[in-house]
Amino acid sequence: MKELLDLTALQLGAAIKKGEVSIEEATRAALEAVEANQKLNSFITRTGEQALEQAKALQVNAKTAASPLYGVPMAIKDNICTKGVKTTCASKILGDFAPPYDATVTERLATAGAVSLGKLNMDEFAMGSTTETSFYGPTRNPWDTERVPGGSSGGAAAAVASRSCWYAIGSDTGGSIRQPASYCGVTGVKGTYGAVSRYGLIAYASSLDQIGPLARDAADCAAVLDTICGQDPRDGTSLAFQGSLLDGLTGDVRGLKLGIPADCFGDGLDAEVRRAVLSVAGALKARGAELVEFSFPVMRYVVPTYYILAAAEASSNLSRFDGVKYGWRAEDFEDLTDLYCKTRTQGFGAEVRRRILLGTFVLSSGYYDAYYKKALQVKGLVKEAFDEAFCKCDLMLTPVAPTTAPRLGESLSDPLQMYLSDIYTVSVNLAGLPGLSMPCGFDAAGMPVGAQLIGPALAEPRVLNAAYAFQLDTSWHKRSPAGKEAHG
Amino acid sequence: MKITPEMVDYISELSRLRLSDSEREKMTGELEQILAYMDVLNGIDTDGVEPVSHIFPIKNVLRDDVVEASFDRAELLRNASWADTETFLVPKAVD
Repeated sequence: MKELLDLTALQLGAAIKKGEVSIEEATRAALEAVEANQKLNSFITRTGEQALEQAKALQVNAKTAASPLYGVPMAIKDNICTKGVKTTCASKILGDFAPPYDATVTERLATAGAVSLGKLNMDEFAMGSTTETSFYGPTRNPWDTERVPGGSSGGAAAAVASRSCWYAIGSDTGGSIRQPASYCGVTGVKGTYGAVSRYGLIAYASSLDQIGPLARDAADCAAVLDTICGQDPRDGTSLAFQGSLLDGLTGDVRGLKLGIPADCFGDGLDAEVRRAVLSVAGALKARGAELVEFSFPVMRYVVPTYYILAAAEASSNLSRFDGVKYGWRAEDFEDLTDLYCKTRTQGFGAEVRRRILLGTFVLSSGYYDAYYKKALQVKGLVKEAFDEAFCKCDLMLTPVAPTTAPRLGESLSDPLQMYLSDIYTVSVNLAGLPGLSMPCGFDAAGMPVGAQLIGPALAEPRVLNAAYAFQLDTSWHKRSPAGKEAHG
Repeated sequence: MKITPEMVDYISELSRLRLSDSEREKMTGELEQILAYMDVLNGIDTDGVEPVSHIFPIKNVLRDDVVEASFDRAELLRNASWADTETFLVPKAVD
């Protein structure tokens, strides 16, 4: 059964179509893997029985199905609504909330014939970089269970890396797909803002949130994005993005100008990470890409800008959680205000409370101009800086995170330090651009290193094709934690 | 930016959060540290720069005013911890 789990999503989809593997067989293999990997705590809710029923029902059309992912088992981050299936955002405050509707993404996956294994662990309300702020306990990194899987889509990254599902759906507000993908040695993509509908994604920072895939390689990510992207009348910010990404993968990068922003490779970047990330430049150059170096000084301002805007939007978005219409509610309240206060104080974890307070502060009278308005202005400058950079190059190559995965407990003690580790990913959300994280090597401790490719708006085809080209020539993405010892 | 415990009390009240004394003290220090770091933005000249809320120029997205089916009331009320057959229930808010 191990061999089945080692297939990519597209390989499994093809095997299902040919009748070599039944959907039920694949689903049972995944459910066994989920069970065997229980210590990772990647799942909050498992829907094994439903998955098997779905598998049997889907089998009828397996040979004629249009989607290359038909029948392939996957799992969904727990901030994406699934009708009738508990959706918690990894927070106490949502209690046993079972959404009365599906997110657009969930609907599109179901239409394409995806089998859902359940809901994945994450940082509470997607606020965190380690999946340690989950009310349901931390997820562990399959490469070393004493280390974090990254966050906030840590459950998604750990589930894909541990071969518990063929792909997962995550969300990315400031790096929450790309950073865990990097820490766990899988490929993850955040599309252009608006490429994927946010309807049914429980909002953290609406102007930055995007849903996207985590998978074994770039081709799988392309196939998942093809399935979930496109305009949606229920999300006014969604774009008429056509997809056809899988068909566009050629591996031809001749003449591609690959930008290397010097400010992303300076102080604070681990030497082993730097070396591995720069190896991507070498590999793409060997395929005919041209390297362009330039400075990108705006990097200095991206973390404070991001945290001001994300916290401000979070403080507003999370005001809806008051214990009245859904979710958990505190007991022993005196009046309505007391009900709100007790529910929110006891229902939110420390990091969520911290960001709500920070957001409330930067929006409060007297400080709004100095922080919130200032950050919106700097966001404009960040966008300009990217616009200028993309006059010089077609794609940018940067690290995903300054180091490989830290040990459990190391990050939470110093929130500011944790925020600073998001430096390479948050700028992409501020500018609304597509960004991809892919495995590009391992450090001496055997932990995966990720490289980030950033493209101009709607350049997903280019981003994915460059990653595809790199993966044609390398095998980092094929390594699995089970084979860690074998690789030495 | 100096953050005082009184400022933390004020924003806690606005946020409908009630911090314990120890968390209030801890939060005062942490917010001060985080905001001090954010002051790096003061080093960048933004005179005449327009604040950008939408990264892409999004126009109004409208649809025809057609009546569509809404959710089933009982299904929506099912997620509430206190409701009758018609509505959500809360403690008395106005005397």
